Amino acid sequence: MPDITKMKAQLDVFLIEIGELSYFTARFFKETFKRPFELKELLNQCYNMGNKSLLLVGITGFIIGLVLTLQTRPTLMEFGAVSWMPSMVSISIVREIGPILTALVCAGRIGSGLGAEIGSMRVTEQIDAMEVSGTNPFKYLVVTRVLAVTLMLPLLVIIGDAIALFGSFLVENVKGNVSFVLYFNQVFDALKFGDIMPATIKSFFFGLAIGLVGCFKGYYCKKGTAGVGKAANSAVVFTSLLLFIIDFIAVFVTDIFYDL
Amino acid sequence: MIDRKNISNQDIVLEIKNLHKSFGNNHVLNGFNMQLHQGENLVIMGKSGSGKSVMIKCLVGLMEADNGSISLMKKDITKLTQDALDTLRADIGFLFQGSALYDSMTVRENLEFPLRRHYKRFDKTSNTEALVVKALENVGLLDAIDLMPSELSGGMKRRVALARTLILQPKIILYDEPTSGLDPITAKEIIFLMHDVQKKYKTSSIIITHDVDCARVISDRMILLIDGIDYAVGTYNELSNHEDPKIKAFFKH
Repeated sequence: MPDITKMKAQLDVFLIEIGELSYFTARFFKETFKRPFELKELLNQCYNMGNKSLLLVGITGFIIGLVLTLQTRPTLMEFGAVSWMPSMVSISIVREIGPILTALVCAGRIGSGLGAEIGSMRVTEQIDAMEVSGTNPFKYLVVTRVLAVTLMLPLLVIIGDAIALFGSFLVENVKGNVSFVLYFNQVFDALKFGDIMPATIKSFFFGLAIGLVGCFKGYYCKKGTAGVGKAANSAVVFTSLLLFIIDFIAVFVTDIFYDL
Repeated sequence: MIDRKNISNQDIVLEIKNLHKSFGNNHVLNGFNMQLHQGENLVIMGKSGSGKSVMIKCLVGLMEADNGSISLMKKDITKLTQDALDTLRADIGFLFQGSALYDSMTVRENLEFPLRRHYKRFDKTSNTEALVVKALENVGLLDAIDLMPSELSGGMKRRVALARTLILQPKIILYDEPTSGLDPITAKEIIFLMHDVQKKYKTSSIIITHDVDCARVISDRMILLIDGIDYAVGTYNELSNHEDPKIKAFFKH
């Protein structure tokens, strides 16, 4: 029988952490609009997170496009519906697979990086040194990083989607001799505003979640190297869970407005 | 060394009265009092976990005290707004135990960082590069200007951290275990460097240390922090010859 007291204690810890994360989020919004704006550091972080995640997102998208098309092709052929391939692949990638997979890849790369970077700055007193020198470490470290990942993730999703569709086209071209123009004509015929807009909006929220959780775990990291490792690890686990919850809510809300 | 006979209340640059700080049931500071005078080197000694670092962090507002007052250059820091506290912090240098250099920045960028917020302290003719070069020259590490902190030894990191502390020309410097983790020769070099800095910049210093040699060389006055209070106050000679067993324990080799 599970130990009820232990479970209650774990639930308490979880609820306290949710409370602290909510306070952290509120502080983020408050500090974002306060001067001074750390534009140089924001651009630096946009470069670090956007440009340096591009290869990983591109490779993931390309492979997903290839695999999705290869796996679906036999079933569609059985029903004589292989001509629907571009529509099916584009809708699944743009609406769901592209945003969630890109976000999960970025949660692994960016989220854990934020947890480890800010966590190690906390345990080596670099954050205290920043505060003593008169710089607000929350603005300099947290606001810039959260904004950067929030702004960069939708761009990465769009690029990842395009590369995944290109991967899918390659399979169709080799297996079904479908031309580039025909394939992408069908893709754009199938995609509607209601597919692209909600996916882009939810990507912003995915980015916000990755940035906030990664920075939160690092900022309140426990002392010692074990604390840094734990911060990086729990940033990825907590963000991944949060991404699926946000995704569910986004699909639910989209269904109300666009009647999926 | 300062002439203790001429010290008056006018010279007090920092005063702590009845400072209390607890973590749960652990009462770390139980009514700690101290005064720091202009140009004085005050050494604070205490056992590990006795609350020395907590006290020094309360001093610069990194931790909030439960009770008591901290008056820094006649301003009660517990009542200051964040902006006023940030401005006042430019007058206080803090040398952290582990140096706390920003490891994603070069030595030059580490030194430039405090100037971002406090550039108004300097006249228009002072440029950042000149200030950085001067601070590094003072600690004898100009050659390391473009190195990353990971390329520096422990002693060099401590020197760069001291240069970063000095760049704003503070009136008070707080040293948190300045010689810990260093070999005896490097530790001695750091102690003499601190001495030179005090002479050159006419700063007042609080030095938190376990190192009796450091205390002997550099202290004008010492406070022993025992049981969360200022248990004993006096010069090195007065305390090292004291009969109280708790005090004697600090000076046994």
